[in-house]
Amino acid sequence: MTEAPPPMTARAPSADQHLGPVARFLRATEIDTRLLGMAGALLLIWVGFHLYGAIFNGFGAFLTPRNLWNLSVQTSSIGIMACGMVLIIVTRNIDLSVGAMLGVTAMVMGILQVEILPDYLGLGHPAIWIITVVVGMTLGTAIGCLHGWLIAYRGIPSFIVTLGGLLIWRGSAFLAAGGKTISPVDQTFALLGGGPYGAVGATGSWIVGILGCLGVLWMLRAGRVNRHKHEFPQRPMWAEAFLAAIGCGAIIGAALLVNSYPWPVGILKQYYERQGLPVPEGVFISHGFAIPVLILITVGILMTILMTRTRFGRYVFAIGGNPEAATLAGINTRWMTLKIFALMGMLAGLSGAVASARLNSATNALGVFDELYVIAAAVIGGTSLAGGIGTIYGAIMGALVFQSLQTGMVLIGFDTAVQQIVVGCVLVLAVYLDNFYRSRSK
Amino acid sequence: MTKTGTPLVEMRDISISFGGIKAVDHVTIDLYPGEVVGLLGHNGAGKSTLIKCLSGAYQKDAGQIFINGEPVEINNPRDARAQNIETIYQTLALADNLDAASNLFLGREIVSAMGFVDESKMESETRKIMARLNPNFRKFAVPVSALSGGQRQSVAIARAVYFNARILIMDEPTAALGPHETQMVSELIQELKAQGLGIFLIEHDIHNVMKLCDRASVMKNGQLVGTVNVADVTDEDLLSMIILGKKPAKAA
Ligand SMILES: Nc1ncnc2c1ncn2[C@@H]1O[C@H](COP(=O)(O)OP(=O)(O)OP(=O)(O)O)[C@@H](O)[C@H]1O
Ligand SMILES: [Mg+2]
Repeated sequence: MTEAPPPMTARAPSADQHLGPVARFLRATEIDTRLLGMAGALLLIWVGFHLYGAIFNGFGAFLTPRNLWNLSVQTSSIGIMACGMVLIIVTRNIDLSVGAMLGVTAMVMGILQVEILPDYLGLGHPAIWIITVVVGMTLGTAIGCLHGWLIAYRGIPSFIVTLGGLLIWRGSAFLAAGGKTISPVDQTFALLGGGPYGAVGATGSWIVGILGCLGVLWMLRAGRVNRHKHEFPQRPMWAEAFLAAIGCGAIIGAALLVNSYPWPVGILKQYYERQGLPVPEGVFISHGFAIPVLILITVGILMTILMTRTRFGRYVFAIGGNPEAATLAGINTRWMTLKIFALMGMLAGLSGAVASARLNSATNALGVFDELYVIAAAVIGGTSLAGGIGTIYGAIMGALVFQSLQTGMVLIGFDTAVQQIVVGCVLVLAVYLDNFYRSRSK
Repeated sequence: MTKTGTPLVEMRDISISFGGIKAVDHVTIDLYPGEVVGLLGHNGAGKSTLIKCLSGAYQKDAGQIFINGEPVEINNPRDARAQNIETIYQTLALADNLDAASNLFLGREIVSAMGFVDESKMESETRKIMARLNPNFRKFAVPVSALSGGQRQSVAIARAVYFNARILIMDEPTAALGPHETQMVSELIQELKAQGLGIFLIEHDIHNVMKLCDRASVMKNGQLVGTVNVADVTDEDLLSMIILGKKPAKAA
């Protein structure tokens, strides 16, 4: 089948003259309006809480390096799991067991590193944290495989399997430790949870920031090269420059922010005491990016590549859009479902490591209600419960929005009951707005 | 026209039932290279079900399938694709949330050396094939849910044609197409036929059958009424086969 090359005109963003400046701007930069909406909502929440604190409590505590740094750490655990939940929901399933999986993997990791490994390797052995994390993630994967198998090959609805899983793994976590709290965790392991020592410091943050900026520039360039190769129309140069500025600006801004949050006095003292030195006058040691945040970002990038650049990701969306069509196209939908649940389990295990490291212990309360937060994060982030639609960055943004609300309400002193009501309202409203937007944009 | 030699496809004594209903009941049909065989019958006669046994969407309960005289097992759509059998389903089988290129290459994505999906390459290939099948098609960057019925149909046709099929199954390929597009599909069928493909064409329009098909197999209530050479029969003969379920006396 040979034919003349067709005219490549369909996509040319030239016939835009009738559009308003905003629409033209969005068209030229190809910015996802949903992302823009979420960024706007986030900004609104942040400024709102800050002003509320400033006006009614005499102190705006939200937009401080300290709070934003803590916010980033608190978002990590939910954010990591939300990345996996996107795949689950996109394929028209649900996983109610992620909190319980987090709980049981954290408990097993706790027991392993506190009660078992030190007997064989010696307390504080450098391999302990690695073995622990590997075992935790493997356990999570295994549980996810079991769920996926029951759903895909035994035809039990995911709602039921994971509702059962929620109870089973929660109960198992309790039994595993006899209801005790396991602590303290291995010192290296604890770094995964953040804290002053669990952050990469000023230099590290600049390295991360520069790598990030290079990444942004490389992506923009790769995009241009690719469009050129296939003779697709290019974005105008000013739009490219704008995107580069926004991307790099956000990364550098984040680095500046985390570097402007210093170690508190207590930690400084402890740090210098350990070296047998006095605390120098006026010393300023930055936190920098917290390790759990870097874990979340890494997971986010890898999962985005998985979802947008690999066959696996295509099949996830295809199954969500039309399971029958996916099967007829030769996609093994059952095997895909199993793998997706296994991946969710693995991320729950990773999240279990982060959450227990942050708490410096494995408790029975770890991960309670997380399934709801994770699902809410994914949904607020634009994942459609009808299947077929969702993005990783959206889910991470959703987790951030969700955590910002929680943190903000704690800061200004709302009590738990009010917090629950507000969060509930926001969830419903977010989905309503999303539906509204979707139906309008069709 | 009498065919000799080994058929490209022979479906022998195929049966499949759903619950108690015999959707296909001991049906035998065959297809030679460079031939178009029409599958006719009333709604619910079992035409789609029969060809789904060949495309791997259903597993037959009984019977055998031969490709070039060799018995083959087709247990899923992948097996069928491995035999170069391409299918345009009546339901089109498109993932509504994906764009035309993603649907066209679904399950057979072009990947780079690194194993990453080459989206631009797939889009430019899609533009090429669509330029040929439906030059008015412009909606490459939107999900196929935003396409008209006919546009969706041309995506499904493009998918079946793109991958160099040997055996093409078309289940009412022109049902949603306008006159111009239907004409283009007719030309496409003739061109593919000239290239030596074998085509099963399920079609309700007798006029099209008379024009495009070499032979016609008629089904009624899951059973084969008979197969005739189109050149030997009239529209009325075919109609009466479909409606009455009887083979005209004169056609062998
Ligand atoms: N998956 C299924 N489950 C149960 N019954 C089915 C299934 N698929 C087909 N049938 C039944 O098998 C019979 C034949 O259906 P089929 O779709 O093959 O008809 P058809 O000849 O293609 O009709 P049409 O011209 O309307 O497309 C019908 O009675 C239908 O109800
Ligand atoms: Mg049919």
